[in-house]
Amino acid sequence: MSSSVNELVHWNASRLSEALVAKVVSSEEVTQAHLDRIAAVDGPAETGVHAFLHVAAESALARAREIDADRAKGAVLGALAGVPIGVKDVLTTRGMPTTCGSRMLQGWVPPYDATVVRELHAAGLVVLGKTNMDEFAMGSTTEHSAYGPTRNPWDPTRIPGGSGGGSAAALAAFEAPLTIGSDTGGSIRQPAAVTGTVGVKPTYGGVSRYGLVALASSLDQAGPCARTVLDTALLHAVIAGHDPYDSTSIPADVPDVVGAARQGASGDLTGVRVGVVTELSGEGYEAGVTARFTEAVALMREAGAEVVELSLPNLVHALAAYYLILPSEASSNLAKFDGMRYGLRVTPEGEHVTAEQVMRATRAAGFGDEAKRRIILGTYALSAGYYDAYYGSAQKVRTLVQRDFARAFGQVDVLVSPTAPTTAYRLGEKLDDPLAMYAGDVATIPANLAGIPGMSLPAGLSDDGLPVGLQVLAPQQADDRLYRVGAAVEARLTAQWGGPLLARVPEWKGATA
Amino acid sequence: MSVISRSEVEHLARLARIDMTDEELDRMAGQLGAVLDAVAQVASAVTDDVPATSHPVPLTNVTRPDVVRPGLSAADALAGAPASEDGRFRVPQILEEDA
Repeated sequence: MSSSVNELVHWNASRLSEALVAKVVSSEEVTQAHLDRIAAVDGPAETGVHAFLHVAAESALARAREIDADRAKGAVLGALAGVPIGVKDVLTTRGMPTTCGSRMLQGWVPPYDATVVRELHAAGLVVLGKTNMDEFAMGSTTEHSAYGPTRNPWDPTRIPGGSGGGSAAALAAFEAPLTIGSDTGGSIRQPAAVTGTVGVKPTYGGVSRYGLVALASSLDQAGPCARTVLDTALLHAVIAGHDPYDSTSIPADVPDVVGAARQGASGDLTGVRVGVVTELSGEGYEAGVTARFTEAVALMREAGAEVVELSLPNLVHALAAYYLILPSEASSNLAKFDGMRYGLRVTPEGEHVTAEQVMRATRAAGFGDEAKRRIILGTYALSAGYYDAYYGSAQKVRTLVQRDFARAFGQVDVLVSPTAPTTAYRLGEKLDDPLAMYAGDVATIPANLAGIPGMSLPAGLSDDGLPVGLQVLAPQQADDRLYRVGAAVEARLTAQWGGPLLARVPEWKGATA
Repeated sequence: MSVISRSEVEHLARLARIDMTDEELDRMAGQLGAVLDAVAQVASAVTDDVPATSHPVPLTNVTRPDVVRPGLSAADALAGAPASEDGRFRVPQILEEDA
């Protein structure tokens, strides 16, 4: 493997798109460049970035050649046709393994594509493979993947965030210009924050959940991840929209996210009302995180935004409510992994082994610690005698959180906060302290409880040299506001920095085993 | 400190159909106690007059036209099965007694 890096892997999706349309490059060249990059930095699992669980080199190149041939014939193709993409391993892919980061689904090849994946194929994107994640999307570090953690390209000893750490790290390590994530409590936004990339959790119901293996059905949302706000918008436009295969899909037009990103790129926020959330700052937030956040807010003011501070008092209970609602829904959703119809089956020794014994042995072997913890917690919260105090109360908190947001969005267009209270911590640091890990989700969780859209974009580097994320939140079905504000902040910050933040990510040298 | 006993965890693990070792039960009891302590505040955060929200988007009874459309073939549906026979999933015995 040559040590020189093919320049194509540093190009953003929008630049690749223009070059592909102009036939300056072919999709085959672009795809090969990314496959080479993956081969150079992603493995081995013990020391590489390990953003991918499965690389589909052959099918990717075949698809790229198809797109090139279509383009040569003069076919009208989508804006992102021929651009490579990584897909979080929580979305089903026909003919391509889907494990959800779990032993339970090792070797499983789904018989159908998720709607999001079908949309990617229809738009001509080239699927490079499946990205690593915490098991069944439960975790904030990817350490809960049964196949080993992903490493943060900024520092291989640190977490890439989670659960979608693979999708974020693949972007920051230039293994893919675009990836798909899923966000139940921050699994798109927190990895984006700690890797210096962009990620959006769309409005609940804005992107189909069909084929997204369910963790918590009332909170899960698939969404786009990229290195720039415009790229994220281009991908958002491909995957969003009503899907009759998902009964919770919103039957409405998708906001013009690409137009909003282009509008925001001027850097002007005149007339935009921005609310700084009192409860999502201060105590518990690292000084370096607070400093970058405060600067970003000042920048929005310079850009013409009216900035006010707003209190959403019930957000202080959001984390607690979430860690009751999520395990409750998860314990129910994960009941389907019983070793009967697909996935792992473990049969204990002995005669007359019953189905129930097989289920218990299969689930003992197939689920990791974090999955088991949440299943047991959910089973407890839903049991008779505790239901009202725990699950019932948590659902009421959810109402109060929604009311707080409704009140706030009566006064401002968007809300902002740091995405996460800390920068990337060390792998292993919080592995045996689930509560400490959960606390990192404090700023992202409220959006999932309320079903509103949220974005994380790079706000700069903290004193430790690691990326800090700025979170922008908007009302349901106003995803376009995230892109307008995000693009304006991005334009001003990159002008200040003299280039994108990711230009400063060190060249990957690998972890020491 | 919310106390969740080892035997309670054992009962929950049985309900959730997960075999657990003694070591796992001990560890899980400690960790669940700590998590329950942290989340118990929800009960005091709300009052009786607050309605519960189960879902962020108020959509009810979403249906589609009742027309036949293609689904998975039996072969596709069985392709990932741990065991199958005669076009069906093959499973261990469900009743305790011999058939």
